[in-house]
Formats: sequence, C-alpha cells, structure tokens
Amino acid sequence: MKLTLKIWRQKNAKAEGKIVEYPLDGIEGDMSFLEMLDVLNEGLINKGEEPVSFDHDCREGICGTCSLFINGEAHGPDRGIPTCQLHMRMFKDGDVIFIEPFRAKAFPVIKDLVVDRSSFDRIQHAGGFISVNTSGNPVDANTIPVPKHDADRAFDAATCIGCGACVATCKNSSAMLFVAAKVSQFALLPQGRVEATERVLNMVNQMDAEGFGNCTNTGACEVECPKGISLENIARMNREYLSASLKG
Amino acid sequence: MALDSKIPSGPISDKWTNYKDHINLVNPANKRNIDIIVVGTGLAGGSAAATLAELGYNVKTFCFQDSPRRAHSIAAQGGINAAKNYQGDGDSTFRLFYDTIKGGDYRSREANVHRLAEVSTNIIDQCVMQGVPLAREYGGLLDNRSFGGTLVARTFYAKGQTGQQLLLGAYSAMNRQIGRGKIKSHTRHEMLDLVLVDGKARGIIARNLVTGEIERHSAHAVVIASGGYGNVFFLSTYAMGSNATAAWKIHKKGAFFANPCYTQIHPTCIPVSGDHQSKLTLMSESLRNDGRIWVPAKLEDAKAIREGKKKPADLSEAERDYYLERRYPSFGNLVPRDVASRAAKERCDAGFGVNKTGEAVYLDFAAAIQRYGKEQAYIKGLDANDAKLIIKLGAAVVANKYGNLFQMYEKIVDEDPYTTPMMIYPAVHYTMGGTWVDYNLQTTIPGCFSIGESNFSDHGANRLGASALMQGLADGYFVLPYTIGDYLAPDIKTGTISTDLPEFVEAEKKVKDQIDKFINNNGTHSVDYFHKKLGKIMWDKVGMARNAKGLTEAIEEIAALREEFYKDVKVPGTADSFNQELEKAGRVADFLELGELFAKDALHRNESCGGHFREEYQSEEGEAQRDDENFAYVAAWEYKGKPSDAVLHKEPLVFENIKLVTRSYK
Repeated sequence: MKLTLKIWRQKNAKAEGKIVEYPLDGIEGDMSFLEMLDVLNEGLINKGEEPVSFDHDCREGICGTCSLFINGEAHGPDRGIPTCQLHMRMFKDGDVIFIEPFRAKAFPVIKDLVVDRSSFDRIQHAGGFISVNTSGNPVDANTIPVPKHDADRAFDAATCIGCGACVATCKNSSAMLFVAAKVSQFALLPQGRVEATERVLNMVNQMDAEGFGNCTNTGACEVECPKGISLENIARMNREYLSASLKG
Repeated sequence: MALDSKIPSGPISDKWTNYKDHINLVNPANKRNIDIIVVGTGLAGGSAAATLAELGYNVKTFCFQDSPRRAHSIAAQGGINAAKNYQGDGDSTFRLFYDTIKGGDYRSREANVHRLAEVSTNIIDQCVMQGVPLAREYGGLLDNRSFGGTLVARTFYAKGQTGQQLLLGAYSAMNRQIGRGKIKSHTRHEMLDLVLVDGKARGIIARNLVTGEIERHSAHAVVIASGGYGNVFFLSTYAMGSNATAAWKIHKKGAFFANPCYTQIHPTCIPVSGDHQSKLTLMSESLRNDGRIWVPAKLEDAKAIREGKKKPADLSEAERDYYLERRYPSFGNLVPRDVASRAAKERCDAGFGVNKTGEAVYLDFAAAIQRYGKEQAYIKGLDANDAKLIIKLGAAVVANKYGNLFQMYEKIVDEDPYTTPMMIYPAVHYTMGGTWVDYNLQTTIPGCFSIGESNFSDHGANRLGASALMQGLADGYFVLPYTIGDYLAPDIKTGTISTDLPEFVEAEKKVKDQIDKFINNNGTHSVDYFHKKLGKIMWDKVGMARNAKGLTEAIEEIAALREEFYKDVKVPGTADSFNQELEKAGRVADFLELGELFAKDALHRNESCGGHFREEYQSEEGEAQRDDENFAYVAAWEYKGKPSDAVLHKEPLVFENIKLVTRSYK
C-alpha cells in the first residue's frame, strides 16, 4: 500500500519542531507499524538524510519503550496493544498518517519522536517498592496465603508497562493511572500493606512535583492503555490517599 | 594461562555453605568506601545492584534503555524454576541439579549448577516478600506448572508475564536504593570499553546516548550483566537493542569467551512472514503444557494446507502426526527445547511444513480446551455433553492461563488461536555461551565479574525452560553479593579510583576514534544492511544444524563482510547528539567479530550436544551424538587481535555426582 506520513521532526530538546511529509510505498499489511518506519528510515539513510528517531526495543508489547501518537491516538487506532504490536493491516492504501511524540510537560522531547519519561522513574523512586532487603534467611513464600482474587487483581495492576500512553492521552497530562497501578498492586497484597500510608503520600507528592496534571475522571487513559489497566485503580488510590492523609 | 575454576573442595551439597563460611567479608563501614559498576539492569544486573546497595556499597548502574525496567528480561514469559516441592511430586535440590545438568547435555559445571539449585527456593521467597504477584491457587498458596525436560511441576509463574513481574520486583528494589542515593542510575548510557589499571578492572568508558558525551566512570569492581548475544542472527526473540558490546569489549581486554556456539533455538516462535521482518516473537514454552504439536501425516495433506485447499480442522486424528509424542513417549510435547526444535526442522525439511514457506508446524489447543471445559462443567454442575458450552468453558480456562500470548499471536498472525491451531517455528532465543567465569562469577580479568545470561556457567549446551530467570536472580541476589565481597576485602584502603589516570584517557581516546571513524566513513549501506547479511550467514550455516563445510564457509564470509562493513557502512548524523544509527554501528561491529568466533567454536567442536548440532555427529534416529572422551570441556577463547587468531583454553568438566550417559527423553 501507498501512504503519506506526516511526522514530527525535532532536532533536539531546545530546537523547534515541525511536521514533515514523507510519501511511502510498498507497505504490506503483515508489517508492524515500526517495521513500516524501518522501511522509511532505510530509504532516508540511502538518500543521505537523517532517519526519524523513535523509541522501541522488545517489539513484542512488554517493555513499554515504544510510544508514538498516531493519528491523534496513543499507540494508534488498535486497542489493547502498544505501537510495536500495531500492524499495517489496520490501515488502507492511500491513508495519511500523522505521527507525533507523546506530549506532556513532564515528558520533554529528546529528538523527533523520542521523549524523556524519567519522571516516571522518579515517582517509583519515591515509593514504588516494599522495603525488604535481600534476605539471607527468608520466610517461606507460602507462609502468608494471599486470596487468589486479591493476587489476580494485584497482578492486573502490576502489568502496567510504564509506556506513558495514559499521560499522553489525558487532557490534563495526568499520571494518575500509572501511579495508581503501582499503589494498587502493593495495597492489595499483605506484604505491601505495611507501608501503604507513606507509599501513597510519597508517590503522589512526587507525581505533583514532576508537573503531571490532575485527574478529572474522563477515563481516556483506560481506553488507550495497552494493558487495560482499570480506572478502578485510581479509585483505590484515592481511597488510600484519603485515609493516609487523615492518618497524617 | 591455565584456567582455574576455583571450585571449593568437599561434597557437592556442602560446597556453597562451606565457601560462604570461609570467605573474606567487608565490614559495613568499609563498604561505604567501595564503588561497584553494574552494566545492565535486567534480572541479574538489577538484583545485583539492589542487593549490593543494600549491603552498603556505592553502586552505579548503566543501561542503554530509558529505564532499568525495560531490560529484556521483561519479555520472559513462562516462569521460573525452584525446587520448592510444593506439589509433593518428588522434587528436590538434587533433582533440579540433575535435570539442569542433563538438560544441558552434560556440558556445564556441577558445582555452579548445584549452587543454583540450592538458592532457587530463596528466590521465590524473596520475590513474594517484594510483592511480586505470582500465580496462586484458590487456597491462596502459590501455583506451579511444568516445563520441558522435567518430570515435576516446579515452575512458578505470573500468567505469561513472569519475566516482567520478576524484573519489576528487582526494579522496585533498585528504586528503593536509588531513592536513598545508594545507586546512581545511568539510563540511556552504553558501556563502550572497560578500563584496566594494574591489570584490574577499575572502570568503564560510557557514551551518554542523549548528548553523545563520552564519560569516564571508575569503580573497584565492574559487573557485566548485559545479557546474551543472540542478535548476532539479526532475527531473534531478543529486543532490538540487545547487544554483545559490553561482553565483547571485556573479551577484547582479556576476559575469555566460553562456548560461543551453544545457542538456544526455541521451538515455539511465530514463523517469519516476510523480508521486512525485524524480530521474532516467542510463544512461551508453557504452552506445551496444554498444546499438542503436530503436522499432517501425509505429504499431500501438508501440500493441500500450504496451498490453502485444506484447513487443519479437516484432518482427522489418524491423519495427524503428533511427532513429539510419537518419538518421545515419556516426555511427549515437553521435551527440552533443542530436541523439540530439531524435530520441527526435521519434519519441515521432509516436506510436512504447514505455512506458505513450509517452515511451520501446528501447536493445537483443541484437546486442552475440551479437557478443561469438561472439568469446569463438572465443577459447576453443568451439562458436560453440551459441546458449545464445553468449548466456551475450556477457552475461558485457557485464556486465564495464556491470554496475553494468544492475544499477541492474534495481533501478529491475524488468526484466532482459540479456534484454529497456532503455527510455530524455531527461532534464536538465548545464548548459553558467554564470558567464562570461575565459581566466584569472576572473569579472567581480576575485578571484572559476569552474571546472568552474559556468563556461560550454568546451562551447558542447552538451557531448560524457566531456568534463565532462576539463574539471573540467583546470580544477582544470592551469589555475587558474597563472591564480590571476597574479592573486594583487600580493597578497603584503596580509596576512590581517579578517572584522570592515563588508562582512562587512553581508553576514552580509542572509543572516540572509533565513533569518529563511523561518522566520517561516508559509505553506501546502512548498518542494518550488514546486520541482515550477517544474520543470514549465521542462520543458514551456523544455525540449527551445522556441518564442517558450511562452518568453514561462514568463517570466510563473515570475515569478508566485516571488511566490507568497515569500508562501506554509512552512519548519518553526528557523534555529539542522539544518534540511533551510531549506536547500532558499534553493536554490529562487535557482532561481526563475535559471529566469526562463534562459527570457529562450532567448527572445532566435533560432536553434537544440546543446542550445538553437527550433522556429521548424529545417531541413525537423528539424535545428537556427544563425544565425552574428547569434548567434555569448556572451550574458553582468548582474544588475540582477530577472531581467527583466538586461542583455545580448555576447562575439563569433571562429573563426580552425575554419571555421563546418553541423554534420552524417549
């Protein structure tokens, strides 16, 4: 198929960016979206131009490295997947495709479509852990049974890949879904309850300090989340936050 | 130089305990004066960094990804082994030890593997304390499943995302230490050389991938945890960025490289669909718990399916060949990976392949859906004769176990694996070979350690499923923190290592020169052009089946390709900016050397063992034929300027606890 790509090009964090148009031919439905960009880049390199920089790594939907805002949607038109699992069969011959970086104040552009998401890491540094050292004398893992229902819900929250689609999608650039996923995972497990109070306060404070917006319950994040992280987690975090604030 | 594996004396089950009781320790106050660099933040590097920081050392981590959480351990799907014997099915430390040695086709070091089996149980305890949500049964206790090459269920899992959950556990432990300032995390950084001072590893040269700045970092010890080198094949289940550069740089500085030819080709991956393909996707081995592998029994049926004239469901049971169940009745679909891969290749080479290219076999869940469906009908008191209901109930159970894998398959292939069998074919997945290390996980360079997939030590010539996660975390959480302390004990008075030493200046200059050379090369072909060519040579001649003629050709072709690469590669952009093509150029340059050594190692090993299958050495039934008399050793290669000049050192493998026999899964 033949496509017209309109891609955000920006030399570095300080430079001004703009949309540049690239015609592209010979794309097949079985290609992934990123393989389509590989074809574009190979052509650019052969012509002596600089290829388009974009983040990607595992290309199997789990590392959370790839981003891309495609035709106005985080990770493009398909649901339940990040960009690397988006296939060109979702598009048709003659389509015009806009490709932009994930945009948010807390995700500054590094180059072209590559953004800096280290703000996510800093939120995790503030409290995304259970304070246990590697033990030379551990307690047997089956000492504390965890109801399957709780373990499954903790797992569902823990599947967040940290891609940032929730932030890019949110009109407020809020990171609530991302933070709530981690808060929920630990709040649901007996091992994580011990520090639940400090954890939610610290992580939310850091989230605010990074410049992420607030949640106004639109729910776009849940729709665009490649891992289907539920809004229920935000509700749980709000409850945790409220009770933590009251405990002071 | 003679290789000293430093295996402690005494009975195998006491070695590790005795060792720990007698090593030198560093007191907590002195740990604050010691710096350690960890390159790579996957399961091995992440767990090591966290544990070393908890102990009090100053840790600096480096990863090329934008966050430690994105290391490729995250993509491990199926599970992690541990000899917990929660199922009461006869498991024990010895059995895990035995299965791993046998699974590795008797080419690994007994003492290391036994230690791995000993600490395996601690890993599960540790991860549960960290809040890793491993799968549980309704009673609230941990669940297990079976993996290949074993007769027990010892695999712990978190759906098809076990690697992700375990890595996020290690990442959370790292985060706690980063928050306390005990780990300085350098993301989007790539190690480009090791710095030796007085023969000891004392630092690295790294490139800041955002600014292009070349940085010097010093430490009292350097830990390489940068993973395997499977991307030498271009197409593999590795991440696009996975590379051998850190491991290869230390090799060039004196660390021996062991058994490069031991590579794992995983039997259940989604087949290649076209020339544009950039990577291959694994379908977890756990699927073989429930999926049955088959091809048509008759050539004409296979042909009809390839041409689209027949569908798999059109074939009756009698018209199908469940070739693993036929050839290996006692292990069936759960034979180890090397055996399953070769059997798939054998059927496809014989003309029974089922996709357009003839390079795919079926992995079928229909029987499992029936079995689970009936079970659910009984549990829920529903009608077990209602065919539609059974399929619905059964599919729900399968979705609960493997949902994310089925979804992944459907997105890539555009077919529904609940109703039509998956098509799968072997692909490069893991490298058992790697940096040679002694019992302390130290390379032949003092102060330079290698852990996880980047070392060679535990899996012999073939790794069993769910053992990579086990080894990565064992090395990082429970082994290295002891052994590195023993090395560092004399270093408590050394003080900070200056990065102004001439050794740093010289190493930095070499790195910069190489980068400038690439940028100013003005060639005509992209880096990928060369990488794909290398991958094709590797897959065709150094892949699942090898022979002396092909290997000899491969060695010549890779050397020629390397020359062409340096003459003709084109790297756009500048050195002092974010430049992904420049990153790739450095990595492919290293693969072009490693690939040749790989082929050379495969050519020298005149036997078949595990993942290394030489066509000249097979039984009449096509099974691998080992030569214990001549090849029961680790091949450790010393760098001498060119791969063709590499010098072979042998570490004899001594088996005191397990008898060497022909490996059979029949």
